[in-house]
Amino acid sequence: MTDRNLPPGDGYAALDEAEGLTVEPVTQWQLFRSRFVRHRLAMMAAVVLGIILALALFADFLPLENPTDQLEDDNGRIVNLLSPRAEYWFGTDELGQDVLSRVIYGGRTSLTVAVLTGLMVATFGTLVGSIAGYYGGWIDTLLMRFTDLILSLPLLPVAIVAAAWLREAFRGREALSLAILLGTLLWGTLARIVRAEFLSLREKEFVEAARAAGARDRRIIFRHILPNALSPIIVNATLVIGLAIILEAALSFLGFGVRPPEPAWGAMAANGGRLAVGGSGAWWLVLFPSVALIVTVLSVNFLGDGLRDALDPTQTIERR
Amino acid sequence: MSEPLLQVSNLRTFFTTEEGIVRAVDGLSFTIHKGEKFGVVGESGSGKSVTALSIMRLIEAPAGEIVTGEIHFKGQDLLRLGDEEMRKIRGAQIAMIFQDPMTALNPVYTIGNQLVETIMLHQEVRKSQAVDIGIQALDDVHIPNPKVRMDDYPHQLSGGMRQRVMIAMGLSCNPDLLIADEPTTALDVTTQAQILHLMLELTEERDTAVMLITHDLGVVAGFCDNIQVMYAGRLAERGTTDFIFDNTFHPYTAGLLGSMTRLDEVREERLYSIRGAPPSLINPSNGCRFTPRCDFAQDICGSKTPLPREFGDGHWAACHFAPDLDLSRVKRAERVG
Repeated sequence: MTDRNLPPGDGYAALDEAEGLTVEPVTQWQLFRSRFVRHRLAMMAAVVLGIILALALFADFLPLENPTDQLEDDNGRIVNLLSPRAEYWFGTDELGQDVLSRVIYGGRTSLTVAVLTGLMVATFGTLVGSIAGYYGGWIDTLLMRFTDLILSLPLLPVAIVAAAWLREAFRGREALSLAILLGTLLWGTLARIVRAEFLSLREKEFVEAARAAGARDRRIIFRHILPNALSPIIVNATLVIGLAIILEAALSFLGFGVRPPEPAWGAMAANGGRLAVGGSGAWWLVLFPSVALIVTVLSVNFLGDGLRDALDPTQTIERR
Repeated sequence: MSEPLLQVSNLRTFFTTEEGIVRAVDGLSFTIHKGEKFGVVGESGSGKSVTALSIMRLIEAPAGEIVTGEIHFKGQDLLRLGDEEMRKIRGAQIAMIFQDPMTALNPVYTIGNQLVETIMLHQEVRKSQAVDIGIQALDDVHIPNPKVRMDDYPHQLSGGMRQRVMIAMGLSCNPDLLIADEPTTALDVTTQAQILHLMLELTEERDTAVMLITHDLGVVAGFCDNIQVMYAGRLAERGTTDFIFDNTFHPYTAGLLGSMTRLDEVREERLYSIRGAPPSLINPSNGCRFTPRCDFAQDICGSKTPLPREFGDGHWAACHFAPDLDLSRVKRAERVG
């Protein structure tokens, strides 16, 4: 190295440049993307969810039958209980409605309920958990006993009773009433998780440092601690979204969810189940809404997994 | 010495635990002057950090409480300020640097983000100006390529670099007092020297007073004008650095000095060690708290608490027999100048 003349300027950088080497800094967004893309299951889940979401959002623009129309053939006879075929890919139900169209429109209902529930749970659970965990003392006791109360409610019976009452109050907007109901019942677990995270994070030195730098409580809670607790929140919120889809289906199945003829996956599967048990052999009425439900729930959970791994800025080793 | 900046008098900070009340700081008074480098030395649990946190009013209620005392900072009693007024002093006029730079930075934000936040919290500047101040602050602590480093996350920096960032953050609002709680303990020895040198250089430039908390006498020796040795929540001895090292009055200080290794001597015998362990601060016994471990203890030590007495020139010691004890048996020869 001694026989080389270093170019003027700041040593190594100039040397690198002279040799044609340039080091591009990697931004956090690039790291996030590369980590997420490596997570194959999550990638697939994201694509599948994207398709399902797009279908539900843009169903009106697709060449579909109206999901609540009773279809007739050329002779004016209602085409009910047709098995899947070229005209009706997913077949038709006992009322002569197109199952494909109903599955797609049903996704709208199910996803609306799920996303609204997820948002409610994330907001409420995070708020309660962070305040309880940060302040401690009687505030913590009060909030956590309330959380225990919510968690101790037997989910399905309470949901059934409340749903029966709410769907009268929200006549015509059953999806909203379901979201409010599920959101109210499901935030407890997240609140506990967030509280536990806060209990350990508030003892960290960077919190003390922030306090020593003169930051207010609100700033410490939401800007310093909360982002560090983001990954469990994301994972739990996605789990809740999956759970909400299943519970929505269960309630619809039991007849306390969305009212027919409005399509929803749970109600459709329930209805198909009844007919199948009745000996019609109409397997397509059960299969397609159930598959849609399972695929959606699985995708949401995989996506949550991938997001958690990719969002952690300290994780530098990429998976696989 | 110039005008006093911080005057702590008769500070008592207690913690309530299941076993009883821990008297972590028990009647401590001292003064830090403008621009002074003030060292606080003592074992773990001697109340050094609690003193610092008391000054910052960061003692966590309800477990901990400042029971009595006054902390006058630039003429106002910090203990009488409202929470909002105190918050404005933290970071702006009194800044603090913590022991472990690995955990003192928030892992989810870039260091630029955290610097800018601190600056904008206390200074009326626009974001772009704050960014410039931040870059300048990083440059001041000799971080190469500060513009690029602003976008780094804490885990991308080494321990020494992170402590530099902490110093940059602490000094970014030009505080009058910087409290450094064992700032070099988590760093390796060569980095320690650099960081200390940097702190000294920057605070001399700005005439910032520093309260340096450490258990390493080697660290304070090169850094501080005055040293305060604490034992079990109380003052043991205080004075100028030269006084403490050369004219030691208190057996505890002598023990600390005697137990230090030195590279410039060949020893045949073992190093001195202070026997026993620090006492529990729950219901401490009457008298001098160092009695059970003191080689010079007599009857009076166990019954009567020695009050700190001044022996001229700001040299204080809390020992019944100061300055008459012959401590040379414990402490070795004078340090080689």
